[in-house]
Amino acid sequence: MTYSPLHLCLLFSSALFCIGLIGALARSNTILVLLGVELMLNAANLNFIAFWRYGPPTAPGTGVIFVIFAIAVAAAEAAVGLALVIAVYRHHRSIRLQDANQLKG
Amino acid sequence: MIPLLLIAGLTLATAAVALALRNLIHSALLLIASWAGIAAFYLWAGAEFVAFAQVLVYVGAVSMVVLFAVLLTRRSRDDISVAIDSPARGIAALLTGGAVLGVLFGAVISSPLGAPAAGARPSLSVKELGLQLMGPHAAALLIVGVLLTVALLGAVVIAAGDRTDAAERKPEGNP
Amino acid sequence: MNAALLFATTGSVLETLPVTLRDLVTGWLPEPLRWLVNSLVGVGTLLAVIGLLFAYLTLAERKILGRIQNRPGPNRTPIPFINLRFFGLAQPFADGVKAITKEDVVPDGADKVLHFLAPVALLAFSIMTLGVIPYGRHLVLLEFDAAVLYFFAAGAATELAVFMAGWASRNKYSLLAAMRALAQLISYELPLLLSVVPAVMLAGSLALPAIVEAQGGWSYGFLPQWHVFTPWGFAGFIIFFISALAESNRSPFDLPEAESELIAGHLTEYSGFKYALFFMAEYFGMCALSGMGVTLFLGGWQAPLPFLEFIPSYVWFGVKLLSLLLVFIWIRATFPRLRMDQLTRFAWKFLVPLALINLGTAAFWSLTAGWSGPLQFVRWAVALALVLVPFTLLGRRLSAGVAPRTYRYAT
Repeated sequence: MTYSPLHLCLLFSSALFCIGLIGALARSNTILVLLGVELMLNAANLNFIAFWRYGPPTAPGTGVIFVIFAIAVAAAEAAVGLALVIAVYRHHRSIRLQDANQLKG
Repeated sequence: MIPLLLIAGLTLATAAVALALRNLIHSALLLIASWAGIAAFYLWAGAEFVAFAQVLVYVGAVSMVVLFAVLLTRRSRDDISVAIDSPARGIAALLTGGAVLGVLFGAVISSPLGAPAAGARPSLSVKELGLQLMGPHAAALLIVGVLLTVALLGAVVIAAGDRTDAAERKPEGNP
Repeated sequence: MNAALLFATTGSVLETLPVTLRDLVTGWLPEPLRWLVNSLVGVGTLLAVIGLLFAYLTLAERKILGRIQNRPGPNRTPIPFINLRFFGLAQPFADGVKAITKEDVVPDGADKVLHFLAPVALLAFSIMTLGVIPYGRHLVLLEFDAAVLYFFAAGAATELAVFMAGWASRNKYSLLAAMRALAQLISYELPLLLSVVPAVMLAGSLALPAIVEAQGGWSYGFLPQWHVFTPWGFAGFIIFFISALAESNRSPFDLPEAESELIAGHLTEYSGFKYALFFMAEYFGMCALSGMGVTLFLGGWQAPLPFLEFIPSYVWFGVKLLSLLLVFIWIRATFPRLRMDQLTRFAWKFLVPLALINLGTAAFWSLTAGWSGPLQFVRWAVALALVLVPFTLLGRRLSAGVAPRTYRYAT
């Protein structure tokens, strides 16, 4: 069986997703966890573009527009997430996830 | 096909190395390289606008936020390097990730994705994209604008903390 | 009549001369190879011209600064072998030889890889920004549908190189200065982008050649329809120019490398050729931003008057670019450096609101494009008011409480 480019793109994005997942699970530094999540989000975006390029024809530009919105939301997520990291650091003097296990500051 | 394999290889390698390194700054910079690789993929797929937006947002903006966060959350210079945690945690993560990878790969390979119709390369000029955004997706665009504003204000409020001495400082200006 | 015809034909021949020359060289090659060689020739020519421009810009800067400060500037370097001084025209090459032969010092605790990578990355990104600018009617190296976005994406990536330089040096001054530089670059990215949006809006395209085409023609027979000759375009150009000064770390916004406060900022630990690379990247960035300003607001390669159209387009572009660069130098000689708080306050409280209001002005201008007769005066008056009133009000608020310094022991 030969694989179409769409297969390759999807394999690429699944591998990227899993790298992000492993990173988010294995590391305990909050910033690295956030970066892992960001990578998973990017893998999802990759799929949208792959299907837009090779998938069955749909309304023009649906995939592209979805990715544009996803990028905008990801930027907001990164800004708020890293602000939270800084706030956590100020409370606990540490950004290890294990140290931030209290609800009361 | 070769460009795709090259891009994919570089992106995956930088991402994997980034999440395995001990030096946080190196991790962040390598991840930025991997984001740039994703932008290269978009460019290869013909989504020019998205590729440039990806570079502008990730390499230009998110990277700066990440690097600032790294520098603001360390006590000494050597704090930059973080040790890998317990091996048990790493092994568990690898197992989970491997399982997900296996499932995803199996699903992708076994699914009959037909070859694309010949010459059906979709193209989307920036003008069409703009019309789409301003027409059918105008509401979503407005909501994203509100979301970004709220996120910006929220990030500033969260990160600014509650120090009062900043407010007591005298206003600047020449005497 | 014959003379006019002669002018027209020589004009069109000169206009296509670069392309003709290139095709003469590469015309016999088979197709895929020909495309490759054409691209390489284009890139090579661009790098050679901009490199030479960089070399003589440094000399011009030193000479002009010298004249403004009432001293001659560098004039001793003779041309090799013939021993002719000729205003020190060989100075840039002597500087280059000096930079190359200097010792390259890398601090002991530095992050060696990043320390090396920073100048290279900075130069690479600056060169990338140069690629999309239309230097003439037929001289566009990279044609993108979203060229403006490409330009600013590549420009945003230079911030990363500044951070790398500051962090890799393992020097407190470097890191502090890099953080200052980043704060400045990010603050001024905003008005820069916002001032560009009206030009894109009015041309209806993100492609730079289309934006230049949109500025062709003359209203009333003599006034070029360049964007700078409209109220919103004028305000946009001023905002763009100020932001460009800040983005290229030029005086009066040269805080990142303020020699008197921060030694040389993120360049402290760089010497020899790496320092020269940084210097080069800074000038390339300046050229790219000036080229962008010329393209977006000053009509790109369009001639200023109808009867001057026989002069080829790239000459016009060059003239405009050079005059803008000279203004950069002139400003460096004239203004004192801003303080950090003044710098950020100026960006966020003055330039950003003005740029946002300017967006509204441009929208009004494009909506009233059909007005004619006496309504045109109304159009101009309303647009001018939309530019000038916010400028005055914001300027008053910004300078409130700031009075000229009074000296007690001196006059």
